[in-house]
Amino acid sequence: MRRTALSEEILLTVEKPARYIGNEVNSVLKDKTQVDIRFAMCFPDVYEIGMSHLGIQILYSMFNTFDDVWCERVYSPWTDLHAIMKEKNIPLFALESQDPILDFDFLGITLQYEMCYTNVLQILDLSHIPLYAADRNEAHPIVIGGGPCTYNPEPLADFFDLFYIGEGETAYRKLLDLYKECKRKGFGRQEFLRRASHINGIYVPSLYTVEYDDEGLIRAFTPVYDDVPSVIHKEIEMNVSDTYYPLNPVVPFIKVTQDRVVLEIQRGCIRGCRFCQAGMLYRPVRERDVNLLKSYAREMLDNTGYEEISLSSLSSSDYTHLEELINFLVDYAKEKKLNISLPSLRIDAFSLDVMSKIQDVRKSSLTFAPEAGSQRLRNVINKGLTEEVILEGARQAFLGGWTRVKLYFMLGLPTETEDDCRGIAELSNEIARLYYELIPKSERKGRVQIVASTSFFVPKPFTPFQWAKMCKKNDFLKKAHFVNECMHEQLNSKSIKYNYHEADVSILEGVFARGDRRLSAVIVKAYENGCLFDSWTETFREEPWIRAFDECGISMDFYTARERSLDEILPWDMIDIGVSKDFLKREWDKAINETVTPNCRISCSGCGARIFGGGVCYES
Amino acid sequence: MKVRIRFKKEGVMKYIGHLDVMRYFQKLLRRSDIPIAYSQGLSPHQIMSFAMPLSTGLESDGEYVDIEITQRVTSLEAVRRMNANNVEGIEILSFKELPDGAKNAMASISAADYEVSFRDGYRPAFSCIDILRKMYDEDCINVVKKTRKSESVVDIKPGIYEIEGDDDKIHFCLSCGSVLNIKPELVIEAAFNREGEDLPEYALSIRRNEIYTDIDGKRVSLDMIGTDII
Ligand code: SF4
Repeated sequence: MRRTALSEEILLTVEKPARYIGNEVNSVLKDKTQVDIRFAMCFPDVYEIGMSHLGIQILYSMFNTFDDVWCERVYSPWTDLHAIMKEKNIPLFALESQDPILDFDFLGITLQYEMCYTNVLQILDLSHIPLYAADRNEAHPIVIGGGPCTYNPEPLADFFDLFYIGEGETAYRKLLDLYKECKRKGFGRQEFLRRASHINGIYVPSLYTVEYDDEGLIRAFTPVYDDVPSVIHKEIEMNVSDTYYPLNPVVPFIKVTQDRVVLEIQRGCIRGCRFCQAGMLYRPVRERDVNLLKSYAREMLDNTGYEEISLSSLSSSDYTHLEELINFLVDYAKEKKLNISLPSLRIDAFSLDVMSKIQDVRKSSLTFAPEAGSQRLRNVINKGLTEEVILEGARQAFLGGWTRVKLYFMLGLPTETEDDCRGIAELSNEIARLYYELIPKSERKGRVQIVASTSFFVPKPFTPFQWAKMCKKNDFLKKAHFVNECMHEQLNSKSIKYNYHEADVSILEGVFARGDRRLSAVIVKAYENGCLFDSWTETFREEPWIRAFDECGISMDFYTARERSLDEILPWDMIDIGVSKDFLKREWDKAINETVTPNCRISCSGCGARIFGGGVCYES
Repeated sequence: MKVRIRFKKEGVMKYIGHLDVMRYFQKLLRRSDIPIAYSQGLSPHQIMSFAMPLSTGLESDGEYVDIEITQRVTSLEAVRRMNANNVEGIEILSFKELPDGAKNAMASISAADYEVSFRDGYRPAFSCIDILRKMYDEDCINVVKKTRKSESVVDIKPGIYEIEGDDDKIHFCLSCGSVLNIKPELVIEAAFNREGEDLPEYALSIRRNEIYTDIDGKRVSLDMIGTDII
């Protein structure tokens, strides 16, 4: 019978023991004596979040198709178990074998958001792996990072042996083969890392030195050896219709955030919103074959027993065969008694028709993401959505019976003025007004419900705003309070609800998004001060973070509240994502001049991603 | 056609709570292509009802779930398919057609068998079975039953049908259902209290062996109500 790393008593003491026992449908068991490489794949957050992540499922199934590899999963123990493991000195284990992480060859950690960085240290700490890569020896697994945050891995540079920059499907096999070769030849850890740095997409932070000038700016970033490349090119899967896909995804016992079959219909985005990092990182757009997606859908539903399916991409409405795919899914869902959950589609006649077929119109809501309150500012951020389009969508929806509207905006965007902020309230009001104008009193069932939410803008690497100054905490809150006041001044304010949240997490996100190697020390201090699960409102505490920065003598403002000059060496300059710095500069310039850049299907703007030889760049 | 499924739940599956077991079965039935019937309406759900929730931490050889199917499938085939799609720790033991008019499992339960032992390090100094036997010989066994809102004194004697075994393994047959629902830990706690001790949490390892219904005053296993589909 299955063994558990934790005792029965511990499992019955902690909240949701199912997080720690493995044994799920489609989880992979292998004979550890029959594989060459044991790979622990970690999402450094609680099980329910980690299990909802498609990228992990893709890599998990890819690794396990390799006969010589056994890939297992590991997630952050929740705070209750964390305390027990620390107290009793129980080592962190992988779910499948329940074996300690120390027994593994690799520990791969996906870095999806900056606020998981203390959880990364928790994983290392509980695994009994030294936090600093420099302190590790042959007995320790190779710690490898992947995911969007690795496009600026510098704040974590000291903790990782290497980073995999780019999409996971392409270069892992090479890395694993190199590892086996090094083992066979008796080469040590250092030799392996040195050789790994020659593989495209692999960045070994210990093989570079950074020098700073008197103001703390980077003066030079240099490889330690001649054979170590000075630029790391991202990896990209150009053939998305013929690559790994998890047709047998692991099915959790407990309810997780994404508790359904997920079909990734395309990678990348044609839009080029200037605040959006994903839109730049995953260029160019590559679509999956629609017939392939249909067969994936059938197979995955059969293999999991899930009753729900959803689509995933950055902008599903831009998928060429969306209508065909959705019509297929709607029919299939009817036959098989399935639910479809649609990502937020552009609101138009087609999407409204589909939505009315698959959900209760009165209970569901429309979602618009204008991101900025005025057309001027929307031009700055290159968000194509205009007020006319929003109002036309809302008009059709109200006539179709919808009464709930969700609006998403950002505060603190470059060049933002009071007028732009007021525009958020005015647009919300305008939509409410339209409803009352359109729907006669006798047909109304109560008020229209407009929910406007704002988040605080965080400049990200590899976007045209990577040079921008970020607001300070008080500026953010002032803006939110101002929007709130404006909401109250609106005629239809009773129909509008306005949401915003605290700004402290956004500031930290801003620091780490564009941070450098000197921040590693702060993260260690914060972890020692008790920070963990910082992305959770219930566990986040600002005070220990502030203390950590003070103790390290590092200023947050240096990273957030300063506009960077165009010739400053940025911590992530050694990474090449295909999109050129020149293009980003042009876009930054156009943003200031409030000039819109057309999307990739209207015309190519020469961003540089053509170099990958496929996708939307070669469509016509 | 109404069908009763008997299954075993053991090993690490004891950590999966009742609601999650229900969700597990919904998916299991789909994976196994069992022609399960759905309710009508805008959001159809599978027609399925479990006899009696099993608390987290307990194992069982006799769990029951009633479903409705739209097409005939033989018991052998259904059991085979479901077990091929099962995880370790859940095993389908039978899949039987219920006669017309049979009460659903939940409505008909009357008693259950349990097998109880002490987890390592929790065995008391006194002989638990001796105390239990003595208690059982008395006319009434008053215990304090606590609910979230109130405390009340209940005589549990009428709900204890059998106590057997030894200090390694104690067998109980206890009343369950809506009238008098008695859990084995309640009986053992009563024995501990007699010795002036409290029953520590996690002391007991419990396995449910069977659930019964009452037919003409006789206990009949829920499994005996249905017949194999051939
Ligand atoms: S090269 Fe042109 S078409 Fe290709 S991603 Fe860049 S802007 Fe779009």
